[in-house]
Amino acid sequence: MNNHDRIHEKLSILSSAAKYDVSCSSSGSKRSNDKNGLGNTTGMGICHSYTEDGRCVSLLKILLTNYCIFDCAYCVSRKSNDIKRAAFTVEEVVSLTINFYKRNYIEGLFLSSGIFKDADYTMERLVLIAKKLRLEQRFNGYIHLKTIPGASQELMFEAGLYADRISVNIELPTEISLKSLAPDKNFKDILKPMSYFNKSILGYKSEKKLIKNAPKFAPAGQSTQMIIGATPETDKEVMLSAQKLYHQYNMKRVYYSGYIPIRDNDARLPSINTAPPLLREHRLYQTDWLMRFYGFDVNEILNNQHDTLDADIDPKLSWALRNLHEFPVDINHDSYEKILRVPGIGFRSAQQIVSARKFGKLDWEQLKKIGIAINRAKYFIICRSDNSFAKDALPSVIRHKILATYQSKFKSTISNQLELFL
Amino acid sequence: MTYFSYDGTFTGLLAAIFEVYERKTYEANIINKKLLSPLIFDEIVDVVNDNEKSKRVYNGLKDKLSQQGMKKFYFTFLSELPLVENLLLKFAQTVFASKTSVEQDFGNPTILEITKIAKRVHREKHRFEAFVRFENIGNQLFFANINPDFNVLPILIPHFKNRYSSQDWVIYDTKRNYGVNYNSTNQEINEVLIQPCSIKSDAIAVNIDLDPEEKLFQALWKNYFKNTNIESRKNTKLHIQHVPKRYWKYLPEKQI
Repeated sequence: MNNHDRIHEKLSILSSAAKYDVSCSSSGSKRSNDKNGLGNTTGMGICHSYTEDGRCVSLLKILLTNYCIFDCAYCVSRKSNDIKRAAFTVEEVVSLTINFYKRNYIEGLFLSSGIFKDADYTMERLVLIAKKLRLEQRFNGYIHLKTIPGASQELMFEAGLYADRISVNIELPTEISLKSLAPDKNFKDILKPMSYFNKSILGYKSEKKLIKNAPKFAPAGQSTQMIIGATPETDKEVMLSAQKLYHQYNMKRVYYSGYIPIRDNDARLPSINTAPPLLREHRLYQTDWLMRFYGFDVNEILNNQHDTLDADIDPKLSWALRNLHEFPVDINHDSYEKILRVPGIGFRSAQQIVSARKFGKLDWEQLKKIGIAINRAKYFIICRSDNSFAKDALPSVIRHKILATYQSKFKSTISNQLELFL
Repeated sequence: MTYFSYDGTFTGLLAAIFEVYERKTYEANIINKKLLSPLIFDEIVDVVNDNEKSKRVYNGLKDKLSQQGMKKFYFTFLSELPLVENLLLKFAQTVFASKTSVEQDFGNPTILEITKIAKRVHREKHRFEAFVRFENIGNQLFFANINPDFNVLPILIPHFKNRYSSQDWVIYDTKRNYGVNYNSTNQEINEVLIQPCSIKSDAIAVNIDLDPEEKLFQALWKNYFKNTNIESRKNTKLHIQHVPKRYWKYLPEKQI
């Protein structure tokens, strides 16, 4: 096998093994170029391409190696799995990153690894790659390092100095699930680095405010990922766990990765014919957004009465239908926060509404042009031209009227249920 | 109806707006000279691209608009949409007519329209920050062809200049037949024009005989693109929504 074939083979194996990590974000970090360096990061992420499954390709996302001493049931690289193994050299990863970046294929590198020998030995190599990129290649593109649980604090510290984003995966929503599927891992080893990074990131941030040339430490913060659908947690449990991660560790993002069945010989996991829970994943992300940008508390959306997200309609609409007493919202008078809670109004439209109404009261036509989804919003608002808000409309009736207008990609699942009512 | 014909440049348009005010024309159209049809019997004013006049309109707008507002005005111009000059004139008139800032009045159709077009141009700019694909065509010169819907090349320059400051590159708009060249030695940007006959229209590269290293990295990129996909999550509709087919021509990962 010649050199070209060998590098092709490694890249196929090690990118294929890395693809289940869903994060591809390249945002949130500013790293300015100088005249001899390569790359410039402005804080705004760029998706250079999209895979055929519609996911963003922003970073070169690879494993350093898929050799692993751990045996996590949900992972393709687990030790007991009979697959082809490979490992990049440090130089190979550096060369791929630089050459892809020069051609504007990528924003940077997302590097993770199976654990070979032990945590420190592996982590050392990940850090070395980041260090070479920054110091030898003068690379100012984006670097996301996934840290290896159990690695020493000195290595974690070095990782923070060279990377823009750091991640430690929580893997599963609860400790019980982690114990059952990943016997070699424990929550403590995962939470410890999270809390270390949280403290250090905040520390360096406040130092940077005082001293301009204080070093950068993971300026794009930390993120984490949990697999959903492999274990029996409800949506409520998943989102409560996410809320905790946001509050306690200041996560920039929590990613939800719908479990894709990879094996059929393990009773603990869904069988190979189970479809990945894409719709559920979508609803969880919507809830995550409501939590982060729309001022909702998880308990408003998921609680003991409603521990599962509605598959047919989005979580904001679902909340609104359960809380009709909060409506109508008066577009021309009510606060920005109240307008944000109207189904069919996103935060950009809400901002435009609040700006525009200073110049005159808004009517349906103007709202339509601003871009709100009238088919949903009309049941919840009043504006200049129409105050025909139906006070006594039943939630079930509104729901069916809205569903009848849907052209959603999930239509097939919805229409079956609709037919029962029509 | 009076038609103010201008040379198609941004400063030309500003000068045309000046003329409209100077002549106190109430029903004015501004139109690109190239699109002026000889069948029109209305009055035609041939606008000279006068720097002084452009500057006065530019500064007038700058006094009344935020930086964001100025950007909207320029971005909308770059859209090259039919009749966009008339919309920009109307916008300028709205801005000049009001004592207070009208920028945030999204209930006003002209302001909302400008905001929307500027947003579309901004999206196209962002797309091409992503979709430009350089090829090392020899001597470490990195070349890329683009075919954007809107004329975004001028607003792409700062991004690529910052990113590839130590690399020589050319980005060429094959739709509008002009490009820019960045020289890393003196850090200058120059316009380049390539004679149509010397460019192979369907080939990604100008130069067909790429060096082996360039071929290797293109092949590795395609390999990566294929392997990072998750087959069981296939969603062609979403894929095409993000990477519309009209952009595939210059993306190596979308070539078979």
